[in-house]
Amino acid sequence: MWQVRFHGRGGQGVVTAAELLALAAFRDGKYAQAFPSFGSERMGAPVMAFCRIDDTTIRTRDTVTCPDVVIVQDATLLHQVDLFAGLTPCGFVLINSTRSLNVLHLEEFLSILPVGHVCAFPASDLGLKYLKRPLANAPLLGGFAALTGLIRLASVESAIRQRFPGEIGEANVASVREAYDHVTTLTAEQQGILRR
Amino acid sequence: MNVQMEGSQAVAEILARCRPEVIAAYPISPQTHIVERLSVKVARGEIGRCQFVNVESEFAALSVLIGASASGARTYTATSSQGLLFMAEAVYNAAGLGLPIVMTIANRAVGAPINIWNDHSDSMALRDAGWIQLFAEHNQEAIDLHIQAFRLAEALSCPVMVCMDGYVLTHASEPVDLPDAAHVDAYLPPYQPVQLLDPNDPVSIGAMVGPDAFAEVKYLAHHQHLRALDLIPELTQAFEQHFHRQSGGLCSPYRMEGADIAVIAMGSVIGTIKDVVDELRRASIPVGCIKIGCYRPFPMLRLRGLLEGVSRVIVVEKDLAVGVGGIVSADVQLTLSGRQIPVHTVIAGLGGRSISTSSLKQMIVEARAERLTEPYFLDLNKTVIEQELARRRDIRRAGPVAEHILRTMNVMGTKVS
Repeated sequence: MWQVRFHGRGGQGVVTAAELLALAAFRDGKYAQAFPSFGSERMGAPVMAFCRIDDTTIRTRDTVTCPDVVIVQDATLLHQVDLFAGLTPCGFVLINSTRSLNVLHLEEFLSILPVGHVCAFPASDLGLKYLKRPLANAPLLGGFAALTGLIRLASVESAIRQRFPGEIGEANVASVREAYDHVTTLTAEQQGILRR
Repeated sequence: MNVQMEGSQAVAEILARCRPEVIAAYPISPQTHIVERLSVKVARGEIGRCQFVNVESEFAALSVLIGASASGARTYTATSSQGLLFMAEAVYNAAGLGLPIVMTIANRAVGAPINIWNDHSDSMALRDAGWIQLFAEHNQEAIDLHIQAFRLAEALSCPVMVCMDGYVLTHASEPVDLPDAAHVDAYLPPYQPVQLLDPNDPVSIGAMVGPDAFAEVKYLAHHQHLRALDLIPELTQAFEQHFHRQSGGLCSPYRMEGADIAVIAMGSVIGTIKDVVDELRRASIPVGCIKIGCYRPFPMLRLRGLLEGVSRVIVVEKDLAVGVGGIVSADVQLTLSGRQIPVHTVIAGLGGRSISTSSLKQMIVEARAERLTEPYFLDLNKTVIEQELARRRDIRRAGPVAEHILRTMNVMGTKVS
């Protein structure tokens, strides 16, 4: 079973991201469970959401304390909330930031993870580009597909189209594609550097 | 049709296929998504001639439904927590009048301290009001129970609560099979009232009953509940034949063959407990679990049968009878009266605290070793409790408990575990 934990702030579509990931996994023929962990619902308050993906029915209901993947939708949470608590040794980390891991003071901390398992990229900028709003959740799902290979890009796209039919869906899909290509290139570069 | 869907949306979809004629509801978390979705569906004309009545409170919601049900309409509402308590008087009335209203309880803690998260305190507070109470393990069961609930309520002319864990189920996206309207119609016939406010055949409903007959009327309500204990297995069997899956029922055993220890619980925690049972069985610990699917009426005979041969019982419950301990445990103890086996009460998941597999596993191991205090509070932070107790001993004007506990624990915003 794969367990994913999303961190963000109220109003950034964290819960929607987890639901879309579950829907994409469902479209891939997998079993998925997504659920939020609300604080009192306030714009800007730290929020978490969870997604589990498996090949069989998922029965457990406890919150994800040992995630295989951590997705950080808002980099201002870094060093504020214990974002990486319980992350598995071979886990993945995806961060929405215009800054590099080095600048974020995370390089050393996350160096224990395998090469190519950590990626920071400006997902909000892609939201601005395609949706005119700094929404990072859809691009991060594109990044998730590229980074982990756990779900197909096509399934993310069809999940988004189902949830947001029409223009908004198409704009989201465009942002997802660019994010997918971007993260694919970034991780390939990371691994390439190591090989040299 | 198999879909991946949020629990609340799925319940609203299936509700529409149950063809309610009057819905009256007042929004409260975590029930809101259900009634929001239903109001949209009614406004779009997707539920036939159903009327959605916007009311000013939960008390009004159920009062409207009492009138609507008495005039022959299939009726539905949903609520949570203080919302249920606010309608308490009408809850008793609906049952006392024998009106087959169906209500979803998106289970949530009851304040103070105010808390929007899941436990079973709300429906527990009204467990003896005369409503049948069914509990859902997962979202598939939640939607199936709603279909069964209308048929059960109308067969007995008795109201039914379908309890599903707030957030844990209502806000969880998971795969569900949504039967189509024709399929639901074939299982759930149109409502035939046993009592009806009809100008062409006038009756009055709601007589004042004095000491000479009150007990008899109450006894008949009890009798209806006892009938439900026979009817529910029949309805679930008919459901299985019709929809080709098992859903609902009085209580369901899981890996109870050769089980020495039975873990009993209600609602969504059963899923987590099943995983724990599998793990312990792999370690050759003979444990099984029993889901109580129908809490009112309480299925004593069936439960007693399932507990034959068990030498230890652990009841995991998301509620607390302050000054007593467990509530479900008391029913289980009554069920086992005459049998000398330990029944442990485990209070867990209060106010939405996550019930982890590791804590459950450890608790079962401790119970086997006779090391559980009674009642046992799962994952209770004893350090904080002792600090606060000491502080209150030393200072007369110690101030509010909740605020001090929060300060001691430095709980701000989101915490991971």
